[in-house]
Amino acid sequence: MSPSLDELQAAFLQLTASAPPLNNSTVAEPAENGQAAAPSPPLVQITDARAKGYHLDATVATNQVVAAAEIMDKHGFSIDAVTGVDWMAAGQMEIVYDFFHPASPLHVVVRTRVPRDQAELPTIQGVFPGANWHERETHEFFGIKFLGHPDLSPLLLPEDATYHPLRKDFPGAV
Amino acid sequence: MQFEKVVNVGGTTESGRETFVLNLGPQHPATHGVLRIKLTMDGEYVMHAEPVCGYIHRMHEKMGENRTYAQFLPNTSRIDYLSAMHYTHAFVGAVERAAGIEVPPRAEYIRVITSELNRVSSHLVWFGAFLLDLGGFTPLLYAFDDREKILDLLEAITGARLTYCYYRFGGLCNDVDDDFLRGTRDFVQYMRPRLGMYRKLVTDNIILRKRLEDIGPISAEMCRKYGATGPVIRGSGIPCDVRRVEPYSVYPELEFDIPHYPGGDCMARYDVRMEEMEQSLRIIEQAVAKLPEGPHIAPKVPRVIKLPPGDFYYAVEAARGRFAVRIVSDGKDIPYRVRLRTPSFANLTLFGEASQGMLLPDALALMGTLDLVIPDIDR
Repeated sequence: MSPSLDELQAAFLQLTASAPPLNNSTVAEPAENGQAAAPSPPLVQITDARAKGYHLDATVATNQVVAAAEIMDKHGFSIDAVTGVDWMAAGQMEIVYDFFHPASPLHVVVRTRVPRDQAELPTIQGVFPGANWHERETHEFFGIKFLGHPDLSPLLLPEDATYHPLRKDFPGAV
Repeated sequence: MQFEKVVNVGGTTESGRETFVLNLGPQHPATHGVLRIKLTMDGEYVMHAEPVCGYIHRMHEKMGENRTYAQFLPNTSRIDYLSAMHYTHAFVGAVERAAGIEVPPRAEYIRVITSELNRVSSHLVWFGAFLLDLGGFTPLLYAFDDREKILDLLEAITGARLTYCYYRFGGLCNDVDDDFLRGTRDFVQYMRPRLGMYRKLVTDNIILRKRLEDIGPISAEMCRKYGATGPVIRGSGIPCDVRRVEPYSVYPELEFDIPHYPGGDCMARYDVRMEEMEQSLRIIEQAVAKLPEGPHIAPKVPRVIKLPPGDFYYAVEAARGRFAVRIVSDGKDIPYRVRLRTPSFANLTLFGEASQGMLLPDALALMGTLDLVIPDIDR
């Protein structure tokens, strides 16, 4: 039983249509090197897997990540990774969820953005327990809070670490 | 005996039996590296296991943000030092995908040959070390003897015995010579009967079977929920292998099976790895026979690599499962973000749930079949 790409795209379109992700849709990719900001890409798009390595790219609102994880769970996907990207120039943190399918060549990327000074979003570890450690790691590296997560103590950093080394303003960052 | 839920860690079970905390590691021979596990025990039974990681955390992902792509390449071979070929493959693959570099077929075939040799050598280390955990010392000596032949072959062409940095953007550091090809063919001929001997000597041994059969069951559903991959998910009956599911390199041109066993127990994971070595030999044999002539590296690969803005993802099947690199580029010669998704990390996350209610020695057998490499978890 492997899901089709169109089916998944429809499911995500339905999700993003139900509540337009206000904090994402208005923000384009941050301008780098003074170049003009790129136009905002569609929220759910099928990507060229040969060029990108994934088949579907869905941007959802912060409060939709659990629903997005449930879509993935329903279609038999497995959690690949959760990680952050610090877009300091835009004042945002991006959280990227990767999902792979154990039986079919499908890879789905779900992403959302939160304001950098108030980086909080719900945990998906209730849907995928495997996300627990990935979120814990994202929290210690980026300072992103996963609301409802049972244990956000540092996993890889020392237990008394109060710094977040993958933030772009971390001392020593380039 | 009835297993009970722990009411509070380090307290009592539901019926009031006192529990105690057993500290396994970070310097314990069964953890094969600096992994610590806090076990809450009810007598000899594990009630709760909490892995504590990070003892050899090196922050490779931060290092990726302050050096060029070429400078970061050697880092990737130091994440899982037993499976370095696959890790460098994922990183060069991600960069090639993003930059649109075409790799010559000869280079791809040599990548497959060396990757599969690396897989066999990695599984041989697991085989020896795992049986050592179970109390059998002899197989380790045999396994390391065989592995030595692979290391010698790879050392001759790569210059390294473990942390290979042989793949380059667009191809390979240097071409293989006839000695390597002859040596590889000889090795395949040599290794097949050795695997047969291991089957007779170890796999069919009643003591081993009693120790592994029906021990540490992991369901396919648990693997999916935790993102476990590699021999762990294949030991739960799902033929999930990146080489087949999301094919890369020249694997689609080669014939091989994906060993998978429905048992879900330690024996199934053991069987998967043993059979994988045979399949790797099969792949190596075909790739050596089909090895095309031609250049070993693409012409005109830019000396300074700059990737177009965007994010790029590349997954490979490493010896322990799915390893993936996500590069986020902002158009500069230095990555904006490098994410390393490692298989041991995901495979260890299910240990807490899977080991619940197991006897301590059985939990160690379960941990052995996860084939953890600690720097792979800690990065």
